[in-house]
Amino acid sequence: MTQATQANTADPAELLPGTPGVVADWASDQRAFKRVPWGKAMIWIFLISDTFIFSCFLIAYMTVRVSTTDPWPNSSEVFALTLFGNKIPLILIAIMTFVLISSSGTMALAVNFGYRKNRKVTFILLLITALLGAAFVGMQAFEWTKLIVEEGVRPWANPLGAPQFGAVFFMITGFHGTHVSIGVIFLIIVAVKVLRGNMDEERLGFMTGKPQRYEMVETMGLYWHFVDLVWVFIFAFFYLW
Amino acid sequence: MAQTEAQQHPLGVYFKIWALLFILSAASYMVDYFQFEGWIRWFLIVIFMLLKAGLIVAVFMHMIWERFALVYAVIVPPLLLIVFVGIGALEADHTFFTRDIFFSPNNFVIEEHH
Repeated sequence: MTQATQANTADPAELLPGTPGVVADWASDQRAFKRVPWGKAMIWIFLISDTFIFSCFLIAYMTVRVSTTDPWPNSSEVFALTLFGNKIPLILIAIMTFVLISSSGTMALAVNFGYRKNRKVTFILLLITALLGAAFVGMQAFEWTKLIVEEGVRPWANPLGAPQFGAVFFMITGFHGTHVSIGVIFLIIVAVKVLRGNMDEERLGFMTGKPQRYEMVETMGLYWHFVDLVWVFIFAFFYLW
Repeated sequence: MAQTEAQQHPLGVYFKIWALLFILSAASYMVDYFQFEGWIRWFLIVIFMLLKAGLIVAVFMHMIWERFALVYAVIVPPLLLIVFVGIGALEADHTFFTRDIFFSPNNFVIEEHH
């Protein structure tokens, strides 16, 4: 009897230690992801599907690079820039990497200040993140222009060597750049929502009809960090390999 | 609304990880700058890549503070990709092998029957 009463009054979201906790969560009624905001669970499911999309691209890149009999262009030279009279290998991509990592840092800080309910600092950090993201897309546009206009690389042809290089380059960096661009747009939307005080007043979202909270900034952050995460793999496999 | 756990951590954690990500990125760029070649190059690239990815997912994406029910749901499915990479590598090797034979005429021995 006492046991039954205890079971009824116990917090159903109480985390048991170790594997029994995982099993209890997954075997529980209605909710597997306890104490996780619905927006976070949904963005994680989206990110897993996006992981598979980018993995398909990178695996496709691996197969065409392994199977081509034409020489693969040396990315170190292709993406070199002449600065102050010196030719520096891969420098543009290195700068892009640092810009994207910095934007990830400011995003992480924005999430933190959001949970502190610091409206102004959260807004400013989100705006800096958006600006760094826009700078990244700008440098990518420069890189594409250089490759298309000066080198004559096309998705179906490549004067520097294997034509597969062109196909893979435009497909992978294009898809990633699209993700960054969409991220910049959403960063601005979330920043404006924060500045207006939507989260402080818990106004109802125009699409969800649910009260908006600072968890929304974390959901935005998860997407943005994911875009940075994908770049880590593209940088390693496409540019450095 | 069910109680949710806000991800509230000291700021210092983020600055440390940020600095580490900068160092690791600089290190992977140095692999290219100093033109490391062969297995040491692939090894260093993959190590730095995995460390960076791990730090981003674990700290910036708050994975180390999430309940394991969510952590496993996110980490386990992508592990299947390793099988996909293996299949892709096998097939690509075979394609290269057949192309290598097909595109080099010297490899063909045309037997003349008398």
